Amino acid sequence: MRLLDVRDYCKSFTIHHLQRAVPAFDGLNFTLDEGEFLLVRGPNGVGKSTLLRCLYRSYRPTGGQANYHSRHGWIDLAAAADVDMALLRQDEIGFVTQFLRPRPRVTALELVAEPLLAQGQTQDAAEAAAAAMLDVFGLKPELWSAYPTTFSGGEQQKVNLARALIRPRRLLLLDEPTASLDKPTRTALAARLGELKRAGVAMIGVLHHPEDVAGLVDQELALALPAGAPALPDVTELVENLDAHR
Amino acid sequence: MNRLMTLTAPFAQEQQSGYAYGFLDEFAKRELRRTMLKAVAIPGYQVPYASRELPIARGWGTGGLQVTLSMAGPESVIKVIDQGADDSVNAANLRRFLARMTGASTTTDTLHATLIQSRHRIPEERLAEGQALILQVPDPEPLRRVQPDISQARIMHADADYSQMWLTLYEQLVHFGRFMQGASYPCLVHGRYVMSPSPIPRWDTPKLHQAAHLTLLSAGREKRLYAVPPYTDVRPLEFDDVFFQVENQATWVCRQTGARYKFMNEIPQADGSVAYELSDTGYAAKLAAARAGTPVPIGPTYFDDKGEFYHAGFLKS
Amino acid sequence: MPVSSSPNGAARAQAVQPDMGIALQAPRLMPHAPILQVTGVEKSYGRIRALNAVDVIVYPGEILGIVGESGSGKSTLLRMLNLEELPDRGDYRLNVPGVRSDNLFELDRLPRRDIQIRHIGIVYQHPHLGLRMRNTSSGNVAERLIMTGERNFARLRAAASGALAASEFPLARMDDLPVRLSGGMQQRVQLAKAIALRPALLLLDEPTSGLDVSVQAAVLDTLKRLQRETRVTMILVSHDLGVIRTLADRVMVMRHGEVVEMGLTDQILEDPQAAYTQQLVHAKL
Repeated sequence: MRLLDVRDYCKSFTIHHLQRAVPAFDGLNFTLDEGEFLLVRGPNGVGKSTLLRCLYRSYRPTGGQANYHSRHGWIDLAAAADVDMALLRQDEIGFVTQFLRPRPRVTALELVAEPLLAQGQTQDAAEAAAAAMLDVFGLKPELWSAYPTTFSGGEQQKVNLARALIRPRRLLLLDEPTASLDKPTRTALAARLGELKRAGVAMIGVLHHPEDVAGLVDQELALALPAGAPALPDVTELVENLDAHR
Repeated sequence: MNRLMTLTAPFAQEQQSGYAYGFLDEFAKRELRRTMLKAVAIPGYQVPYASRELPIARGWGTGGLQVTLSMAGPESVIKVIDQGADDSVNAANLRRFLARMTGASTTTDTLHATLIQSRHRIPEERLAEGQALILQVPDPEPLRRVQPDISQARIMHADADYSQMWLTLYEQLVHFGRFMQGASYPCLVHGRYVMSPSPIPRWDTPKLHQAAHLTLLSAGREKRLYAVPPYTDVRPLEFDDVFFQVENQATWVCRQTGARYKFMNEIPQADGSVAYELSDTGYAAKLAAARAGTPVPIGPTYFDDKGEFYHAGFLKS
Repeated sequence: MPVSSSPNGAARAQAVQPDMGIALQAPRLMPHAPILQVTGVEKSYGRIRALNAVDVIVYPGEILGIVGESGSGKSTLLRMLNLEELPDRGDYRLNVPGVRSDNLFELDRLPRRDIQIRHIGIVYQHPHLGLRMRNTSSGNVAERLIMTGERNFARLRAAASGALAASEFPLARMDDLPVRLSGGMQQRVQLAKAIALRPALLLLDEPTSGLDVSVQAAVLDTLKRLQRETRVTMILVSHDLGVIRTLADRVMVMRHGEVVEMGLTDQILEDPQAAYTQQLVHAKL
């Protein structure tokens, strides 16, 4: 069944300070069915992450539509009210990055259980599920009740994946989740994604190591730089540029 | 000549010398009477009034004195007590002044008095219908300790917002395990206004509840007058599970009369011990006379000889 | 293809038009009506216009962040949401059982105060605004129950310690005066007081601004847990974007008494639309 229908999708950043617009992508069209995996390819700076963020509405797209078939009916993600987006993020659309945002004094188990608790699950059920999830990604049990603020990068990523994938979703946006994972964790992630796919979860992935998910990909979307346009710098670069201009 | 003029004829002399009947001029007395009527109409509500100059200093009973002067007539029988005593210098002076300025007669017997002006006590013998108790009040505002801003306090009264009073009681229980307020124990009058019953001891506070007599409370310095009309509810603030209690003087015996379960003065002795005497001297004098064989009518008291309050069940334990 | 379901009249105000791009639609998936709906708030102090045509719409269980520099009107707005102060113009509805559907700004003082006590809790940046410093911590909390007529000492104690425990305040110190407590603990007492009557709306005015970073994180965690467990709707005013990012679902950006931009928290922080928001977010990075 059709889950997502993206048409004439555009994004450009308006930098008021510089009084100029930086285009990211223009006129994208694609569709996605339940259980399908869409791999987004393209050179660095072409706006792959930007596309995911626009769909998740961390960025506001500037043109076109992204009609999504939610449990409650069709809705255009490009124009949905903020509160509707918040609901979809809660129940249907997940975003997986490689970065964990640990908070002081919060244990790994608590951090992973949080999305379930937010959904109203009981403490016991949520913690049991969190433990199972941490196990899937291979975090040593002795670290479960430790604080991720003190973890190594690799350990933080395991917690991050467990947290991002613990809640059942209908659409997962994968923003280079495997970028710097060790091999066993990458394998565990691929296995988990495969399970989810078989359960009907659709995914759009931007991956450093596409070979990790090779067996899962159903279609590919190749993004290319608009003719003559400079590559889109990533956000931190943009900000640094801004700083330089101040 | 009408009856009042006949009765007040002996004062014509003084009027010529510049004094009105009852010392205060007629307009002042009229204002006070209006204020009293308003106070009676709104039990526990502090009515402001223009406190007049008197030949005693503010803070020495001018509030009570103005009320008594405005109520007294030549047929009145006036009793003045100070901390229960008829014979203290202040009580004696006020009594003499009142008698001279109104031609009223005076007494120390609670049962005979029509007007009782008092500082800090309510007599032990029950007051009856037709009697008026006039309490001198130093500080009429029960909210003062929690809200020093008078205009804010007035708003709180208007809103019946007394939660800070309960909070004060809460804090006392937390810190000391009991209510610490000794005198001026705050009471809710007629279910509406919280009032300070003047610094009467806790012992006297329940006597105001559903009393047969009229109580007028007047603060001359603060220019506020309030009242508890006869048969009005006056409930000391308390919790559902922690009750207001009067002073426990169960073991104290009056050394002159042998009386118990009445409010006592503590008299330190030279040897370091303590003796006790009835605070209510009028009542003590009658008990002493009865002991000596002189038949004196003694009225029923608020607390009986076993310490039981006359409104059974009002004081919980 | 898109569903054409109930147009939500309230939501019109929420569709903040960015400088360019796609205008947002009215909510159509949100199953609840807004719990708080404030429209057209205006307030001037003399010639200074503190609030101009401000709308706030919040749905049950949301945490709305309000950011802006000092003087942007965010704290003034919060005082009005707490019914401490009235605007020159404006409409305020709270969709809570027991609250009449009138404009709360137009209620008489007494019913207004009653709604404030029962349905709204507030935590101020400065504890002395929210606490009676000469009363015990537990007393500060118990007073909220006294205000609604609780006259049972044992129940007051139980409720006070319950609310303090929910705020993760160390109960051994529940009868200490707030002046003896650290800043973080004072904020916990304020929080306990604010939630003692289980309000529908919790207002937070720079709740962690005066605190050390580690204490701040701990207090924010308490707030997060509380929100999760009680589903209380929160409005959080802060100039600290880190605090906003940690707690808020949506953010409203204010400047010179006007709403500059509104959006999901990550969108406001990562793809701000308005020039002012870009400047604000940028200054923070």
